Amino acid sequence: MSAYDWPPAGQRRILGTDVARIDAPAKASGRAAYTHDVRLAGMLYARTVRCPHAHARVKKIDLSAAERIPGFKAAFVVQGTGTEIFWAGDDVVAVAAEDEHAAEMAMRAVAVEYQVLPHLVVDSSADVPAAFSKPMDPELVGDPDGAFAKADAVAEGDYGLPVITHCCLETHGSVAAWGKDSLEMHVSTQAVAGVPEQLALALKVPQSQIRVHAPYVGSAYGSKLAADRWGLSAAHLSKQAGGAPVRLVLDRREEQEVAGCRPSTYAHVKVGAQKDGTLVAWQSTSWGTGGLGGGAEPPLPYLFRIPNQRRQHTQVVNNIGSARSMRAPHNPQACLVTLGALDDLAAKLGMDPVALLRKNLGLLSAHADVYAEELGVADKLMQWSKRWKPRGTMSKGEVRQGLGVSMHAWPGKAHPFQCDLTIQPDGTVSVRAGTQDLGTGTRTVMAIVAAETLGLPVKAIHVAIGDSAYPVSAASGGSGTVGGSASAVRRAAVDAVAELLARVAPALGVAASKLELAEGSVRVKGGGPSLTWKQACSKLGGLPLSVRGKNPGAGALADSGVGGVQMADVSVDVRTGVVRLHKLVAVQDCGLVVDRKTTTSQVYGSLVMGIGYSLYEEKLMDQNLGRCLNPNMEFYRLCGIGDVGELVVHLMSGPSYDRRGVIGCGEPAVISPGTAISNAVANAIGVRVPHLPLTPDRVLAALSGATP
Amino acid sequence: MNSFEYGAPTSLPEAISLLSPRWGPTEILAGGTDLVALMKDYAVTPRRLVSLKRLPGMGAIAWSPSKGLRVGALATLDELARHPAVVRHYPALAQALGDAASPQIRNRATVGGNLCQRPRCWYFRNGYGLLALDSRKRSLVLLGDNRYHAILGNGGPAYFVSPSTIAPTLVALGARVRVAGPGRSPGLPASRLIALESFYRAPTKEGQREHALRPDEVLVELSVPPPGGSRIAYYEVRQKHGFDWPFATATVRLDLAGEKVASAVVMMGHVAPTPWRSREAEGALAGQVPTDALAAAAGRAAVGPAKSLGQNGYKIAIAQVAVERAVLLAAGLAAGAPWQEAAS
Repeated sequence: MSAYDWPPAGQRRILGTDVARIDAPAKASGRAAYTHDVRLAGMLYARTVRCPHAHARVKKIDLSAAERIPGFKAAFVVQGTGTEIFWAGDDVVAVAAEDEHAAEMAMRAVAVEYQVLPHLVVDSSADVPAAFSKPMDPELVGDPDGAFAKADAVAEGDYGLPVITHCCLETHGSVAAWGKDSLEMHVSTQAVAGVPEQLALALKVPQSQIRVHAPYVGSAYGSKLAADRWGLSAAHLSKQAGGAPVRLVLDRREEQEVAGCRPSTYAHVKVGAQKDGTLVAWQSTSWGTGGLGGGAEPPLPYLFRIPNQRRQHTQVVNNIGSARSMRAPHNPQACLVTLGALDDLAAKLGMDPVALLRKNLGLLSAHADVYAEELGVADKLMQWSKRWKPRGTMSKGEVRQGLGVSMHAWPGKAHPFQCDLTIQPDGTVSVRAGTQDLGTGTRTVMAIVAAETLGLPVKAIHVAIGDSAYPVSAASGGSGTVGGSASAVRRAAVDAVAELLARVAPALGVAASKLELAEGSVRVKGGGPSLTWKQACSKLGGLPLSVRGKNPGAGALADSGVGGVQMADVSVDVRTGVVRLHKLVAVQDCGLVVDRKTTTSQVYGSLVMGIGYSLYEEKLMDQNLGRCLNPNMEFYRLCGIGDVGELVVHLMSGPSYDRRGVIGCGEPAVISPGTAISNAVANAIGVRVPHLPLTPDRVLAALSGATP
Repeated sequence: MNSFEYGAPTSLPEAISLLSPRWGPTEILAGGTDLVALMKDYAVTPRRLVSLKRLPGMGAIAWSPSKGLRVGALATLDELARHPAVVRHYPALAQALGDAASPQIRNRATVGGNLCQRPRCWYFRNGYGLLALDSRKRSLVLLGDNRYHAILGNGGPAYFVSPSTIAPTLVALGARVRVAGPGRSPGLPASRLIALESFYRAPTKEGQREHALRPDEVLVELSVPPPGGSRIAYYEVRQKHGFDWPFATATVRLDLAGEKVASAVVMMGHVAPTPWRSREAEGALAGQVPTDALAAAAGRAAVGPAKSLGQNGYKIAIAQVAVERAVLLAAGLAAGAPWQEAAS
């Protein structure tokens, strides 16, 4: 066992308990300054002229009228004459002015002529003109035709999820300010240490001269990994304006139109099994759009390594704006396509879908035992075994009840992370890292681990993050931050204890090896003199103690690969097609839990987001206009508090989970809600509603026997 | 949004004098929950706003058993929803008010503003005009996505739905609005009373409004007669619990003679460019004893003339159910219905 390893269960004071996030008071009181809150002396406001066409070439740009607007300060041509623009809303010219109104007027005064080119912004079919279609080679495993021929039951169906957007509460944006030869930027980002490199490359400035701040971030979900065109515009405008700070933040319309789409997936699936539910064959024809870049292929079939498969996927390459990774990329899509099909297969076999999942746990690549245990826990929390009845038979009448199940996996591997832990002679402790807290609880996790290891209360730890001048850490993605930060801080704190004991030993007149840190004091092992924390630190002799913690590093502190099971309880008004979610149970494994409260919150957040995309959310594009019809929070609908029903979160715990170390939990729980809810609706009404969101038009169409 | 002049008159004549005789150059500001958003989207571009905030007595709510309810145009939706007389004597109205928008908006939005709010059609709101015609005069609604558009009165050129969730119920209650405009001599406004039922109209040309208000008139007061012995119920179908537009609403008013319906008013909302009165459903109900079957027949009759624009056919089914269930509620036949429990 390494000295770095996590303390055993009986010796943990704080790890795994419920700790409220340490920045909650700052956030709740408004003291926490987000990028949007930054106001600097002499700051200019910027707006961006955006292309109104889904596909066009810039023919001519005339800035003269904009330059005459009172208060105008600078203009930066983002995409000049001759540039081909591939989606409506893409940046063409950025302008800066003395106030917001002048900036908007200057933006509207810029005259741009376009040559309009053919576009495609819809993706409901794979049958699109060749210019917009990239069929991928079919993939074959085993002998699907033979296996289907021998299967006892074959289910066939359609499944799909449209493009949705991230809907960050704090829209993308930055404030840029040039010094003599340096650039300082506040950026709403999930990559505080990564953005300087992107800026340096694009602006041709030495990276060492760029500093980025992001102390508080109003969510990101994968959409804030890049410096982005608007970030570069802010920097250019500041330079042109002689170094005056420039604030460029997107408004809600821009955020919805250009700051990120989750790729769509649609599929026609055939899946076959033996009488006992053993899966034998899979066939899928799928398509989806990731915008211009493609990149929308979901991992099918999800989780289950069905022995015989035929798969073919087509990328619809269209003009809808940039796809961005979104919370568990591709997984919610693959999950619905696969576990929706398995649910239909169970219905065809007359089987309880939980039994069908259990029957096939052997086809998983890992953690079959975890899923088996989780299915049991979820069953109890939902009373599934007592309540479940076959499809369409749960209840009769105008309002029907239904139950649905789903399961998912996620890596959650700790990412590279560095921090400096400093103990001052006055006993104060700080931990600094070039990481960011997207609202997940990173600050709190760092404080908990330092406090646990140093024998101090959580509030004794000062955490400073969100600054690229701090030790470099990776972007927050893939749920890697909790594992990275916990491991690096643990190593730093363990090393700090060793150094503290070594430097204090002379004062106690013993060898450092005879000392231990326990119950908040430094004492001689087995009894003898002891020093309080403050007394011990005062022996540091005027020089602070500072150690660097890193991940990866020594000791088994983190792992990857988690499983989760979710069950949904819904009712459907079969006359109006309105679906109500009553209860959603989430049973989630994430290894060793650092903070049960913020981890549970992460799962709640995932469920709420999942309910949103299950029932309401869709980025609606008008093929005629090439534009988004709902770039607002009115018709791009998110769930409200009355729509989420009862959420039950159960985190798996115990020695077999703890011993794996910390694993990320920011994403996995967002994967299953769409599938669990879709399956519950099918259970309620007796037919599959093929595509999310489960809006009344889709539910009524399915009930009337329509095909998608 | 564009810069604008801001007028804060302290008297009605002054307010009227600040308004333009044409639509466009001036707009009336009450709660601002709709107007400010329209201005931010450049869907309207007034050069002057005339705020009613400083006009005395414009927010008063008064009730008398003989005259009914009088509501100043600046009363907020929340104030009206909570008013004891509304809760007691007009429960269907209280419900329609309470279901509107979100608490924040109900605290701010006014009754007059609600009645005069502009359509939520996404082509209008995205800057393509109220009638949303393309350069070749084709309707973007018919060519595009009309899932939330009209299923009744949708012969064009207006295809949007009337957005007020309280107007259909107020029409069923026989409400009237008092509007004031320029009189014969300056400083002496002329006022007229308009039955709310004839207040709304479907525009046929771009630049027209959805109501009978003239550009230099102010909606001053809403009056609602006493409900008498009528049985009135409101039912709406929407997907989310809060802050969501209904797919369809129905307000049903039944006057019974013995067991039979002597007369009925059936008002439908969010189905047509105006609050929609269904004479067909009223005809189906008149002279009949209310039963489940009669309610279903009224629902079918209500959507008899409905037609889909392409993607909004599901709204026909929903509107039918809304009328059917509102009849059941008004007739006292809905107790214990699963859809009632599901809605609570």
